[in-house]
Amino acid sequence: MNKISATFILNHRQVTAKVALGMVALDYIRNLQKLTGSKQACRTGDCGACSVLLGRHEKGKLIYHAVNSCLLPMAAVHGCHLVTIEGLNTAELNPIQQAVLDNGGVQCGFCSPGFVVAMTAYFLNAQTANLDEFVDAVAGNLCRCSGYMGIKRALRQLLQQYPLNNSENRLQDLIERQILPDYFVAIAPRLAEIPILKTPSNHDAIMVAGGTDLFVQRPQLLAASQLKLLESNQEITLTQQQCRITASTTLETLKNSPLLQSLFPQFKKEMEMIATTPIRQRATVGGNLANASPIADMAIFFLALAAQLELRSLNGETRSVRLQDFFQTYKQIDLQAGEQIAALSFSCPPQPILFSFEKVSKRQYSDIASVNSALFLELEQETIKTAHLSAGGVAAIPLYLAKTCAYLQGKAISNEVVKQAVNIAQTEISPISDQRGSAEYKRLLLRQLIIAHFLKLLPDLLNAEDLL
Amino acid sequence: MSHSDAVLHLRGESIFVDDIVVTPEMLHAFPLVSTIAHGLIKNIDFQAAQALEGVVAIFTAANIAGENQIGNASVGEELLASREVLYVGQPVAIMVAKTPELAKQAAALCQVEYQILEAIFNARIADNKGLHIAPPRTFAVGNVDNAWQDCAVIVEGQTESGAQEHVYFETQIALAYPLENGGLKLLSATQSPSFTQKIIARVLNKPMHLVEVDVLRLGGGFGGKEEQATMWATLAALAADKTQQPVKLALSRSEDMSFTGKRHPYSADFKIGLNAQGKILAYQVKFYQNAGATADLSLAILERTLFHAGGSYFIPNLKATAVSCQTHLPSNTAFRGFGAPQAMFVMEAAIFAAAEKMGLDASVIQQQNLLSEGDYFYYGMKAENARAKASWQQLQQRLTGQQQAIAEFNCTHRLEKKALALMPLCFGIAFTATFLNQASALVHIYTDGSVSISCGAVEMGQGVKNKLIAVAARVLSIAENRIKIESTNTTRIANMSPTAASNGSDLNGQAVLIACQQLLASLKKVAAEALNVTDIDAIRIQQERVYVKDVATDLTWSQLIGKAYMTRTSLSAQAFYATPDIYFDRSKESGNPFAYHVYGCAAVEVTLDCLRGRYQVDKVRIVHDGGQSLDLKVDIGQIEGALVQGLGWLTSEEIIFDDSGHLKTNDLSQYKIPDIYAAPEIEIEFLNSDNPAAVLNSKAVGEPPLMYAIAVYFALAKAVQAFNPDWQTVYDAPFTPEKVLLALYRKI
Repeated sequence: MNKISATFILNHRQVTAKVALGMVALDYIRNLQKLTGSKQACRTGDCGACSVLLGRHEKGKLIYHAVNSCLLPMAAVHGCHLVTIEGLNTAELNPIQQAVLDNGGVQCGFCSPGFVVAMTAYFLNAQTANLDEFVDAVAGNLCRCSGYMGIKRALRQLLQQYPLNNSENRLQDLIERQILPDYFVAIAPRLAEIPILKTPSNHDAIMVAGGTDLFVQRPQLLAASQLKLLESNQEITLTQQQCRITASTTLETLKNSPLLQSLFPQFKKEMEMIATTPIRQRATVGGNLANASPIADMAIFFLALAAQLELRSLNGETRSVRLQDFFQTYKQIDLQAGEQIAALSFSCPPQPILFSFEKVSKRQYSDIASVNSALFLELEQETIKTAHLSAGGVAAIPLYLAKTCAYLQGKAISNEVVKQAVNIAQTEISPISDQRGSAEYKRLLLRQLIIAHFLKLLPDLLNAEDLL
Repeated sequence: MSHSDAVLHLRGESIFVDDIVVTPEMLHAFPLVSTIAHGLIKNIDFQAAQALEGVVAIFTAANIAGENQIGNASVGEELLASREVLYVGQPVAIMVAKTPELAKQAAALCQVEYQILEAIFNARIADNKGLHIAPPRTFAVGNVDNAWQDCAVIVEGQTESGAQEHVYFETQIALAYPLENGGLKLLSATQSPSFTQKIIARVLNKPMHLVEVDVLRLGGGFGGKEEQATMWATLAALAADKTQQPVKLALSRSEDMSFTGKRHPYSADFKIGLNAQGKILAYQVKFYQNAGATADLSLAILERTLFHAGGSYFIPNLKATAVSCQTHLPSNTAFRGFGAPQAMFVMEAAIFAAAEKMGLDASVIQQQNLLSEGDYFYYGMKAENARAKASWQQLQQRLTGQQQAIAEFNCTHRLEKKALALMPLCFGIAFTATFLNQASALVHIYTDGSVSISCGAVEMGQGVKNKLIAVAARVLSIAENRIKIESTNTTRIANMSPTAASNGSDLNGQAVLIACQQLLASLKKVAAEALNVTDIDAIRIQQERVYVKDVATDLTWSQLIGKAYMTRTSLSAQAFYATPDIYFDRSKESGNPFAYHVYGCAAVEVTLDCLRGRYQVDKVRIVHDGGQSLDLKVDIGQIEGALVQGLGWLTSEEIIFDDSGHLKTNDLSQYKIPDIYAAPEIEIEFLNSDNPAAVLNSKAVGEPPLMYAIAVYFALAKAVQAFNPDWQTVYDAPFTPEKVLLALYRKI
């Protein structure tokens, strides 16, 4: 029995869909509801042509996010407001659509509905009007006609037209500005009436968090399988110098966390290099770790914070494992059947934290890293008390560079020490040539990224010229 | 009245083929494709596939009633491989089933036994083995062999430019419906409805009038649906004809990327000779085009390579030779620029290499050698309204102090380097196959005054509908929302040329113009009679009102149309246009192949992060010779879009096959097209110019601006040199972050 009876509001009307748990929303919308405004162009979450808004109650408030419907399982739609482009249309073009039209942001049109959805999501969520953030909000939408200038002109015009005041009731505000249709006003109470769905627990079910990689890799299997959607419980807390992040925390929540932003000054910029807004809305920290890709950005980030994982078995027993021990061999992790990642934690040293995350890929944004790396340093005067260095894309697993870290410990910072660390790191890695780069390139790139870490963190103690 | 396409797109209400609601009777087809790059089919075991519940039929080459040939001109392009497979992804059979999933499952259940043959993937290796699609061709002027002795500087080198995947957002798709009397109706995402019709008729052994092809619009084409939509439409047609049920065939992104061809990779050898001042005296180039498995459009593309070998320059002694090499990859095909970008890349590389040797900036050489009015191209055509110098000069005014600012930045920044490179453009407009330069249009005016236009242009985002509406609205002087452009349909327009070569609006716009003029002439007669005016020339229609000698009358457009109908005046017109004065003699490789040329110049500025090998294209300034635009918004979008697509070709878009000919970069997570962050700031200025050679003084715009992006390669090369003077410049596009970083740290 892998069917679900999901009740939700599709645009303005409540529907109950009796479909496979693992059917993706895009297929439901297009094939069963004949709402063909959401386009199918990649089915890997890379292009955004299928973007929809997913609205649901979070902490008592109705929150909408743009997500890729090609990776959204119907099991995750129950109790939500699913909004397609058709659900944003009013009799005339709305101001977002009008701005894109007026600024020449439409060519072949296949990507246009997705852009409108992503732009609407920005208006729903932005705290203040900010062009960079608006651009980031649509950066998960590709346009092969490459009409990005027209889109950018539209973004600029919209920000001038609608300075977003930190309105208490943004939804009402947007309805008044006709960016959202009137029916949105009644959605919250209607959603509240949809009973919570009890799914019987099934030990054989495939556990799915955001599904942003699983639905790329194995869509057919998931459509035919029993799924267990992991409950969303997003918490980022700091107690007694321990920062704890629940596994189901999405990357977008992570990115916007005031706590993490205060701990790591570059955090927001670094997170923008990881996936795109709609993917970050769904992808979770735990999912990125469990997926165990050798270039998993979250793994690289937290390896350098010497993070610990909290694993929980089906009967609620928990155990703790060091993240660096969690990754065993290629795609093999220390996770027993039925066990799941509950949380990740790391100890927070005194401020300011010396931490650097670096990622280089073929395309700077929304791409899989060729090599990524992170470095954490704790200094006493100019001597390294603790060093944690990680690197992705250079081995079969996300790598903790243990020898390099051991070498660095107790060393006084100098150019020679950095050079030696770079050399030791080279002995710890075994990159392979693939479409993300040759082994030679990955070796060179890791060297550069390690140097970049040190130059970024300790510019006054090192001589860039000499290190190069 | 009707909304524009853009309005429908923004509302998600425009219909693409995959949006057409299909009935449960619709069958779904999916090809069984070769998993090897080259070999002979020994046996195919269909048993398991046939046994699968829901599989309706399986067809192979043996089931084809007509010719198993889908090639445009040449033979050897089979719809279904009958004996020999030539690339991974080549269809060998077609599965027809009740759902798309079942059809795919059936294909996966087939067991094919092959006798494996040697596979070649590289053009130069193919050339060595004599694997040519056709004998080499040479365009020449002057005498290069004699000229070398006069040169102060001679530089030789080699270049490579990579393949590029189209990534039209709408993947290949077709719906085929059986009609009475053996007929078929195809809804196909093709740039070439008539060609698709012709091939289906040929394969199914039917007269062309039994095959109707209809195209509403495409979700992007870029050349990838000029020749290569045909296979999928024909497979769907075959299945529909055999089963007498409607059939749908749609490829997923990764299937589309794996099964279809791309922009041709080129390898080239150049030799350039200059005098001491930098005047180019001689240029010799040999192009090795990687055609892939079959001819497809490779020879036409090769020809355009030859036409653009000399870039925007006048070179007195030039010899360009090109050969199309057969390899075991999916047949490479048309892609915006059609062989010209590959040629211009080599020309610019030669100039860059010469400049390096002479210790000059490449722009010094570029500027001295720009085409002048009255110069003859090496293929015999005279440059008229040549605006290479005018664009260059206008652009220079906007670059004052820029090189100096960059030099200063580079002095003070060790880990970051900036550079600026220029790209002058000259691109010939016309199909170089002269016979294709024809178009027809059919215009109806209905009794309510609304207008319907059919022509051979396919809308794929290039805004051709907007332009045709602009032409008709201007000639008839009526509101644009009275005019509707119909789907492109082979029953309304016969024998249409593909919408390609940037001239969809040139050719079809002229045909629409003539048809509207015919209607206007009839309407003036009607108005003259109605108003009792004897001098028809005194009648004018302006903004939906009839004027006599510049005086407004009470007669409106709607009333005039009503009167025309009541007086039994034809409210339909059909018109034909053939571009005048173009010809080309292939025995002499000389003639007047183009209606005109598009000129322009771009300056591309980059910043390179020398620590990480990452870079950003900061700004692109363009002066473009766009004629009198029919739709400025459309033209700006075309220029910006083409430029960014070109930047992708030269930077992040890297096609990688494994050693056995399987595409590794087969989805959008592996193959990186530009995103919004990769798009630079773009400033466009238009030259104020007319173009008597095209409709209402406009100029074609689709392809030329892509080539502005070529400057990014040389800007990056300069930035690398600023950091690492030891680097021996190589010309190997795309200049990926990997190649950049390796270059930055390459020691002699």
